[in-house]
Amino acid sequence: MIAYLIRRIIYAVPILIGVNLLTFALFFVVNTPDDMARMQLGVKRVTPEAIEKWKQQRGYDKPLLVNSAANGTAKLTDTVFWQKSASMFVLDFGYSDDGRSIGREITKRMGPSLAIALPTFLVGLVVYVSFALLMTLFRATALDMAGVALCVLLMSVSGLFYIIGGQFVVSKLWHLVPISGYAGGADSFKFVVLPILIGVMGGVGSSSRWYRTIFLEEIGKDYVRTARAKGLSELRVLFTHVLKNAMIPILTGVVVVIPLLFMGSLLTESFFGIPGLGSYTIDAINAQDFSVVRAMVFLGSVLYIVGLILTDISYTVVDPRVRLQ
Amino acid sequence: MSFQLVFLWSDKLIFLLLAAAGVAAWYVRRHEHLLLPWRRVARSSVAMVSLLVLSLFLAVGLLDTLHFRMALPQTSGGEKVYSPEVLSVFDKLVDPLRTHTEKTYSEPFALTLYAKESMPDAQGNVVRDYPRLQYGGAHLTDVSQRDADVLKRALVGGGLGLLVGLLSFYLSHRTLHCASGCDRAVSSATLILTTLIGAVVSLATVYHVLGTDKVGQDVLYLSLKSIRTGLIIGTVTTLVTLPLALFLGVAAGYFRGWVDDVIQYIYTVLSSIPSVLLIAAMVLMMQMFIDQHADWFDLEAKRADARLVCLCLILGITSWTSLCRLLRGETLKLREMEYIQAAQSFGVSSLRILTRHIMPNVMHIVLIALVMDFSALVLAEAVLSYIGVGVDPSMISFGTMINAARLEMGREPMVWWALAAAFGFMLVLVLAANLFADAVRDAFDPRLNRTENAT
Repeated sequence: MIAYLIRRIIYAVPILIGVNLLTFALFFVVNTPDDMARMQLGVKRVTPEAIEKWKQQRGYDKPLLVNSAANGTAKLTDTVFWQKSASMFVLDFGYSDDGRSIGREITKRMGPSLAIALPTFLVGLVVYVSFALLMTLFRATALDMAGVALCVLLMSVSGLFYIIGGQFVVSKLWHLVPISGYAGGADSFKFVVLPILIGVMGGVGSSSRWYRTIFLEEIGKDYVRTARAKGLSELRVLFTHVLKNAMIPILTGVVVVIPLLFMGSLLTESFFGIPGLGSYTIDAINAQDFSVVRAMVFLGSVLYIVGLILTDISYTVVDPRVRLQ
Repeated sequence: MSFQLVFLWSDKLIFLLLAAAGVAAWYVRRHEHLLLPWRRVARSSVAMVSLLVLSLFLAVGLLDTLHFRMALPQTSGGEKVYSPEVLSVFDKLVDPLRTHTEKTYSEPFALTLYAKESMPDAQGNVVRDYPRLQYGGAHLTDVSQRDADVLKRALVGGGLGLLVGLLSFYLSHRTLHCASGCDRAVSSATLILTTLIGAVVSLATVYHVLGTDKVGQDVLYLSLKSIRTGLIIGTVTTLVTLPLALFLGVAAGYFRGWVDDVIQYIYTVLSSIPSVLLIAAMVLMMQMFIDQHADWFDLEAKRADARLVCLCLILGITSWTSLCRLLRGETLKLREMEYIQAAQSFGVSSLRILTRHIMPNVMHIVLIALVMDFSALVLAEAVLSYIGVGVDPSMISFGTMINAARLEMGREPMVWWALAAAFGFMLVLVLAANLFADAVRDAFDPRLNRTENAT
């Protein structure tokens, strides 16, 4: 197990280097630092000196990949790529364009993001699985058909509609909770409840339908027939036997997103004015702050890889036949 | 009046796709075993009704794809100058919708503007009142006649539409021997649609059926124009996804070894980046690149179109990985089959084995994945445009419509019609696509066991 984990972590390194090379190519080769400087400074103030100064302030005045003027290892290290990428591997993200430490922003904004994303995930999982189990219980009846039709309908509605419609009905018509905003501590409840509800709502269609397919696949197997032959009730069969055996396909899709919950949701956070990582990313995109976007891309891939490893570990927990070696 | 045809990049790609679909259809028609699953699709009335709705959308989108520029009135110089505005055949067809722009917001079927204005009355005094619309219901002298007039026009238009529908049925039954029109669900859907279209057409000539937006453009026109953008995002992306996923996936599964390692590495790197972030990063770069090279595009429409095509490219680059993984797995299974081993021992070249024996046997996976992706892409466009990394703000799309209307939510009374129209059109399009995709999956997926006999 330990050896397996170490190997997986070593495998992650080339992937992260690849991610870095890709973002580097995107941000510095397609558009050179000169282009970026011109963009940031605006049309009026562009002079060669201003561009040089801008690049120097942000450390973009070095060669991109290979510094032929330097000696030894400095040939590789004294470049934009090395300076901007290597530090990310120790989770040092540098500074954003407005001079703030990206690392500190991330730790500060993680809380609000999690306050929305974690309950959404947990409530969502319970709701989706129960809805899917209900449909499986009433399979091949009109109730099941109606459930599936409802799922397809819910799937076809744009996620933006849930947000806009939810804000309109709950906040504007009924005045139950504030439209947007955030506060820490006990006050946060009234701010997070609507985003969570909407987040759960947005996933009902596709997730429940997916889980229903998984359950239906399980229910045709021999052990289910045996369980029924023993005289177990249908409910018992579903909740103890089928649910347990369907865990592997469910976990495959679920565990991988757990670490990514830290990143928050771009849409929800920006609509509800939650000061989390999602809105941080959106603000950076709109302000064209490349260091922040790069940091978020890197963080996202690290979390995704962590999610993959967690998925493998979770298999061993639910299914003793799976051994990691 | 002379005009100049304009082929935007996206137009060319759409024509390319159409040609490819045509060739594929011709090929399938000649092979009974390929036709079989399609017959199963045709037997499902849900699929046929959604196909009917989809083809309506497609027709609007295609008419909107034939672009041209009108010539400006001749000046003394004698040289022909074309208008910088690029129009489409669809624009010409719905000319009244496009040109009847009001000053600002007005409700659906409204006769007056949404906001009060100061204006002189008959006695010359300045009063504040809702001014009448320039075009919407301008033929009415008495405001109270409106409801009766709307009803009358809707009935007349709907009746005419129904008549056209019935007539077309009558004709097609006689000529096609009831090939497709016999299904009751399809027939009634057709009649409902023709009636609806008739009513809307007859109303839209004198009213703003779905109201007008901030700058007074007709919302119905905007919604219809958005269809093309949505369709392009949903289909042109395929042109990128398909070759990448098919060739790389099949090659990785068949050759294994270092080829597999390299391809797996590429798609693991790509899929490990959260897709919204990757799309955002790429679109930002693309935007900057296009802004830097603004001189490459002589027309505003061409620049906006280049952005759209680039967006499709980016969506394609970020979404091929899952299909590639599926195809690799399937090829790994196929390459151990006896018929592949037989081909190998006969000395058939790898290229030939791949194209003749493996690719045809993974095509059902490709097809299912592509139709399933379509609706997700249409929905993604709206979200991306909202974040600011979608289509060009000057391009009419569901995303830009929603984005513009969202800011008006706080108004009192609320401006709801543009939002409702965008969401409504999107819902119909995506729902039809989802239902059709389900039918295609059911017909093509070999894992679903069927009891019916193939006849």
